Amino acid sequence: MQSLDLSIVTPYSEMLAMGLWWTLIMFVTSSVVSLLAGIAFALIVLYAPKVVALPVRFMTWLLMGTPLLLQLYVIYYGLVQVGIDIPAPVAGIIGLSLHFAVYNADVIRAGVVSVDPGQIEGARSIGLSRGQTQCYVIVPQALRRTLAPLGNNLIVLLKDTSLVSMIGIAELVYSAQLAVSETYSPFEFYLTVAVIYYAANLVLEAGLHLLEKKVEMSR
Amino acid sequence: MINNTYMVEVKGARKAYGALEVLKGIDLCVARGQIIAIIGPSGSGKSTLLRSINHLEVLNDGEVWLDGEQVNRPLKGRAYEQHINAVRQQMGMVFQHFNLFPHLTVYENIALGPLKLKGLTKKAARELALEYLAKVGLADKFDEYPSRLSGGQKQRVAIARALAMQPKVMLFDEATSALDPELVEEVNLVMKQLAAENMTMLIVTHEMRFAGEVADRIIFMDGGVVVEEGAPGEILQNPVQERTRSFLKKHLHNS
Ligand SMILES: Nc1ncnc2c1ncn2[C@@H]1O[C@H](COP(=O)(O)OP(=O)(O)OP(=O)(O)O)[C@@H](O)[C@H]1O
Ligand SMILES: [Mg+2]
Repeated sequence: MQSLDLSIVTPYSEMLAMGLWWTLIMFVTSSVVSLLAGIAFALIVLYAPKVVALPVRFMTWLLMGTPLLLQLYVIYYGLVQVGIDIPAPVAGIIGLSLHFAVYNADVIRAGVVSVDPGQIEGARSIGLSRGQTQCYVIVPQALRRTLAPLGNNLIVLLKDTSLVSMIGIAELVYSAQLAVSETYSPFEFYLTVAVIYYAANLVLEAGLHLLEKKVEMSR
Repeated sequence: MINNTYMVEVKGARKAYGALEVLKGIDLCVARGQIIAIIGPSGSGKSTLLRSINHLEVLNDGEVWLDGEQVNRPLKGRAYEQHINAVRQQMGMVFQHFNLFPHLTVYENIALGPLKLKGLTKKAARELALEYLAKVGLADKFDEYPSRLSGGQKQRVAIARALAMQPKVMLFDEATSALDPELVEEVNLVMKQLAAENMTMLIVTHEMRFAGEVADRIIFMDGGVVVEEGAPGEILQNPVQERTRSFLKKHLHNS
């Protein structure tokens, strides 16, 4: 039996840091895009004419019905076959963003519906347009109401960034695998990576908690 | 007189929800600076009439005019949007349940319209908001969120929000009905103050005494028609119609 020797990780700290960097890039860009796209999809499903809403609903159904990993393969490897060659990081961001946009949209749609119709009347009676009413009155309230489920989606997103390793992006898990293949010490590296994920999650949760506190006062 | 058109004019207003006729041909003229109180039993169409004036309710037939401009022009799409938003900016509406924006501070509630619609600078919007907050006696609540205010204070902020758009007419739909009895007076006082400043107002109310004190003319509605109208003294003390009499018999006691 071999004992646990964490000092073996030290020479690879730079490599792991690079991995973390990629994980964070994937996470931050995908969370922003998936949130904005989620808002857009939610409003389209709720208010757009059928010709626009139906395709979005169909896309939602497609994206919810297949694994994210498969979607990443299709975007990165599949599209090349029809002449669309997307660099791996971009393909990763597109895949993660679309996949989570659909889940965010579902949550946001429910949030928009739950806002008191009197809010729309209050806004329209001042003379605000439909768009302004959504932008300044309804969506901000919907987001506040759905902060907890959206936060959960973000936490899942953070973990699922590991799937982009499968299209060759050297994020955290991939970096650990590389190190393991050189050192044959899987336990040390995977444990280290697990600790890094926990730490990132703690920061994320703390941030969400602060946001929730702040929002609570304005309700 | 420079301008002798009515401030608000409703001609032959009809509205039905399915088979239920709610407005059966209403005519109404409101002169500049005039204050109209609309009374009547529940379901008589008071709210529907008031809301059709700023087109929150769409009439099936009839016309609504504001200061020489038709409100319910038969426009479509973008043209309609632009027209109605421009018209609504000139009319303030106060709702029974305030409809303040809970995620915005008192200041932000009041400044939203002036900032986004009138292109005021932040500084000008702050001054404007403060001016109207002071007018309703709540200057100290500037940075408070609505959830921290009493019902009466919320309604006064809602009035300030409407006034900050500097409307030509104010529409009140039972502004005090959702309030605890002891908070009604502070809102009524603000409305009386507006009356004294010659604001044109249409007030739907269940408070007969207040209607008598503030209105130049009282309109009694029942079953989607104007049954009787006239000066407060006539309507409240000597109504001609039997329906008005029996309604007042029930309601004068309560207020
Ligand atoms: N959106 C709607 N759909 C169907 N019926 C409606 C709708 N809005 C109002 N009504 C009906 O129209 C009638 C008139 O309603 P309205 O709200 O104008 O009455 P009101 O005089 O304001 O009554 P209250 O004193 O209770 O506020 C009522 O019978 C009401 O049920
Ligand atoms: Mg009503």
